[in-house]
Amino acid sequence: MSQPTGPAFQGHARKQPAPPPDAMEVSLTINGSRKTLRVAPWTSLLDALRLHLDLTGTKKGCDHGQCGACTVLVDGRRINSCLTLAVMAEGRTVTTIEGLASGDALHPLQEAFVEQDAFQCGYCTPGQICSAAGLLEEGHARTDDDIRELMSGNLCRCGAYPNIVAAIRQVMDAQPAARDGGTP
Amino acid sequence: MRAFSYGRPDSVDAALRGVAGQPGTTTEAAVKFVAGGTNLLDLMKADVMRPERLLDISRLGLDQIEEIENGGLRLGALARNADTAYDARVQARYPMLSKAILAGASAQLRNMATNGGNLLQRTRCYYFYDTGTPCNKREPGTGCGALTGVNRIHAILGASDRCIAVHPSDMCVALAALDAVVRVSGPKGERTIPFADFHRLPGDTPHIDSNLAADELITAIDLPAEGFADHSTYLKVRDRASYAFALVSVAAALKLDGQTIRSARLALGGVAHKPWRDPAAEAGLAGKPASLETFREAARVLLRDARVQSHNAFKIGLAERAIVRALAEAAGVEHS
Repeated sequence: MSQPTGPAFQGHARKQPAPPPDAMEVSLTINGSRKTLRVAPWTSLLDALRLHLDLTGTKKGCDHGQCGACTVLVDGRRINSCLTLAVMAEGRTVTTIEGLASGDALHPLQEAFVEQDAFQCGYCTPGQICSAAGLLEEGHARTDDDIRELMSGNLCRCGAYPNIVAAIRQVMDAQPAARDGGTP
Repeated sequence: MRAFSYGRPDSVDAALRGVAGQPGTTTEAAVKFVAGGTNLLDLMKADVMRPERLLDISRLGLDQIEEIENGGLRLGALARNADTAYDARVQARYPMLSKAILAGASAQLRNMATNGGNLLQRTRCYYFYDTGTPCNKREPGTGCGALTGVNRIHAILGASDRCIAVHPSDMCVALAALDAVVRVSGPKGERTIPFADFHRLPGDTPHIDSNLAADELITAIDLPAEGFADHSTYLKVRDRASYAFALVSVAAALKLDGQTIRSARLALGGVAHKPWRDPAAEAGLAGKPASLETFREAARVLLRDARVQSHNAFKIGLAERAIVRALAEAAGVEHS
């Protein structure tokens, strides 16, 4: 992915944190690519994605598992990446928002979020979409109330909830077989 | 988060060797097991828990849900909460348990959290989480911030003058009502702990949550054959419609002969340091007609020793109504 280079982004110049002396090696598959990292045991999966792998689509909102902005799919299941350690993901397959599209073709959920205007500021959106991909894969939602209940781990401070439900409903209705959507 | 070391034992024996010789209970242990991590890692970020070493047991197996000889089910300690709640046998035979699990946390957290870890999660008392305030549970002997502070979420039953925190689990309330049994491995082999004896009341030692020793590992939770599938429910009352801890919750289960109650189970969450059961309230239901009057009397008995704090007096009325509603739903009796 491209790096921001303007002066306003100087503070984000990506330099991998120096591994501490007791860093551990972790190998995992991220968005289809095999990656090997050296991280401290206390590095969260979220921080590994953002700081070590430059995958900044996954957001750090609360860092306590309360907001859902850090939602990613691990072995196809949605989880909060802030509440698991990178070393615990050894050998796992991780899919982030960056891994959902196929080339220039957006994931059906990404298209539906655009069509339904399902975001305003966009900060929670990567987590919302990854969570929705997990929801479709799980296959337990039938009604809009089910969608609301099963998406309750993703907060949206802009209050785009009605349109988020509509976007997920659109994909559910269009392709009951969209249950493969979560894992490329 | 403070620095710690990390290991990944490849067997239950290796895991037990990793905690061998640790004194006391698991709550106080310096070497801790991690599986889902959803509560422990959060508490480590908040500097409330400071283990020196984490042993990742998430790949040890122990994640099956199996039939057992007593006619019940064995829930693997490392089965995920979501997989347990959606298991077809759990849904059909223990619907109260499935409902309780799905009333807790979020879909993401239920995908991570394990059954064993659910039992060991710690209170969400604000003062326990805030290292800038005194807390006898976090730092024994420092006092209790909640007693003189904001305490609307706190206990009305079984509390002490050292601690008024409540246990946060929904799953455990249903497990208590079902008389589940916790299977544990330790240096002396296996032992079983009746669910009622697993968690503790705060008393003078609020820093200890459970009776699991620091050198033991939960391997499974056994459910008895009786799941009360015909007449049971889990009712949770909270500040939001979803994704919030219980102010009051009720697991209610009945055996009926027509409209007469043969036996009853009643467990409350959100009101005490552990899932709360009251033998007198349950015994008082037996032989009575399944009616709102009977249920109101059971609520009165269960709450007879309730003691409120400055902000949580509402919990008595809330618990009364929740008990009546849950029992009515379980019995299929009209209520409103």
